[in-house]
Amino acid sequence: MNDQTRVRGLWRNGLEVFVDNRLALAGVGIFVLLAAFSFLGPLFYSSDQVHTDLANVYLSPGTAGHPMGTDGVGYDQLGRLMVGGQTSIVVGLAAGLLATVVGTVWGAIAGFAGGWVDAIMMRVVDAMMSIPALFLFMLMAAIVTPTVPMLIVIIGAFAWLGPARLVRGEALTLRTREYVLAMRGMGGTGGRAVRRHIIPNAIGTVIVNATFQIADAILYVAYLSFLGLGVPPPAANWGGMLSDGLSDTFSGHWWLLYPPGIAIILIVLAFNFIGDGLRDVFEVRLRRR
Amino acid sequence: MARYLLTRLGQALVIVILVTLITFVILHFLPGGAARAILGKEATLEQIAAFNHDMGYDRPLWEQYALYLQRLVRGDLGYSFQLNQSVAEAITQRLPKTMVLSLASTALAVVIAIPLGVVQAVRRNKWPDYTINALSLLAYATPIFFLGLMMIILFAQVWPLLPPEAPQGFTLGEVLADPAGLVLPTVTLAVLTVAVYSRYVRSSMVDNLNENYVRTARSKGLSEGRVIVGHTLRNGLFPVITLLGMYLPALFSGALVVERLFNYPGMGLLFWQSALKRDYPILLGVTLLISVATVLGALVADVLYAAVDPRVRLKASRS
Repeated sequence: MNDQTRVRGLWRNGLEVFVDNRLALAGVGIFVLLAAFSFLGPLFYSSDQVHTDLANVYLSPGTAGHPMGTDGVGYDQLGRLMVGGQTSIVVGLAAGLLATVVGTVWGAIAGFAGGWVDAIMMRVVDAMMSIPALFLFMLMAAIVTPTVPMLIVIIGAFAWLGPARLVRGEALTLRTREYVLAMRGMGGTGGRAVRRHIIPNAIGTVIVNATFQIADAILYVAYLSFLGLGVPPPAANWGGMLSDGLSDTFSGHWWLLYPPGIAIILIVLAFNFIGDGLRDVFEVRLRRR
Repeated sequence: MARYLLTRLGQALVIVILVTLITFVILHFLPGGAARAILGKEATLEQIAAFNHDMGYDRPLWEQYALYLQRLVRGDLGYSFQLNQSVAEAITQRLPKTMVLSLASTALAVVIAIPLGVVQAVRRNKWPDYTINALSLLAYATPIFFLGLMMIILFAQVWPLLPPEAPQGFTLGEVLADPAGLVLPTVTLAVLTVAVYSRYVRSSMVDNLNENYVRTARSKGLSEGRVIVGHTLRNGLFPVITLLGMYLPALFSGALVVERLFNYPGMGLLFWQSALKRDYPILLGVTLLISVATVLGALVADVLYAAVDPRVRLKASRS
């Protein structure tokens, strides 16, 4: 009973700090709006995003039936933004979470084990980190055909390095704390220390980092699409639409370029704002009071 | 210092060996193996077996890895059957051009980011800080190719001041002969870097401004300008050296996108073309080389940092 009130107090306190940060609230607002647009939008606005319509290409915005115009193969731009948003958001969230989970476990084990295990595990991280991310992603995308699940795995498989370093750093300091030593002294196992003490204590850092991972993953999808290794059509994502829009710029088809570009900028900004807000919540020392 | 240098060198060597292990593993995970990737779908089993025998791919894995390392040490990165030239040669032709682009944009970024970061730190939590912060966040959130396109639209179309395409040419000399063409790619690549660097300079300056030596400097009556430029900036800039090393992977990734957008004939463009053609020897060669460059860059940055700041090497050799 007593425990429960204390825990709720902590969360409520955190929520108050988060709500205090107006940019963080704006970030949540932008994300909710964009997610609702992408996932609920198709319920109210239906358009064919599978079959091309070559009789109606490059229609300007405002044409009857196509409020935002059509693209070079006749897809309705408004409907396409919804479908593209689904992919961008799903891949971003899933890859960001995958990276966070893998990185947290890896870093926690390395930091807790210390010694040789830590040295080997962290040199692997160093080695993978010294391969520039985009080169690795392109190498992988050239080997396997990119589909949505594949993109998630490719991005997640290399984005976990950052969280691994962070959590390892936390684990190094946490493992010498008295309560962990006491638990070990009473015969607790190393696994228990990692599960019950190290990961829960590092969770704040991890959650903050996860939001930035999601933002980065959305950008990576855009870069891969630009480099020609995104998900092939009829699937769409904002990054792919933006890079397709690049080639249409000089023919004056601005509606194919700016909407997906602005959508990407908005969602990346949103996750950065949320991340900053969460940092205020979890990292008590940095709070501006 | 010698001890620090040795430890750090040893670490770098281990990382480079691990990187070769990673590229080696990828080479062997290619669908159908390297032979299928090079000879194509229609190759017969006999042809594949012959190729595997020629290349030594039928020997035990550890022997192949040893052979791979042996070749690497001799500078043999493999052979591109699609370009019909050795990977090392293809890279050597393009590497200088990528270096020019990366160095120029880094230099530009540093020159812009340091004053920005200092202004942010001195006027922290006031409007100059907020404005610069908002702008760098915006730069960070914009896909670099979108930003580059905006540059092209603004400075090559609306105000036709600069060419929209990077200089074309096979040699470094031909590229340098057209400096106007280098402006847009360099600036585009620099914008993102400025965003990252100015944040770093800001936080380093803020840390230093809270130190006791700054209070001493102020209390002995130094002007604020001398406190900031003469005392704080000198200390505040040391950590930026490490950032130069840490930022290399992102810089190379950025160069890949910028080279593709402006059609700049550097290593990034080569990598991109090879990815679309599935030219694996080039892909692996470039990946390996660029990773080794990253490791070396980080090593040089760390050693420089330790050279200017004795606290770093003391801490490192104690632990």
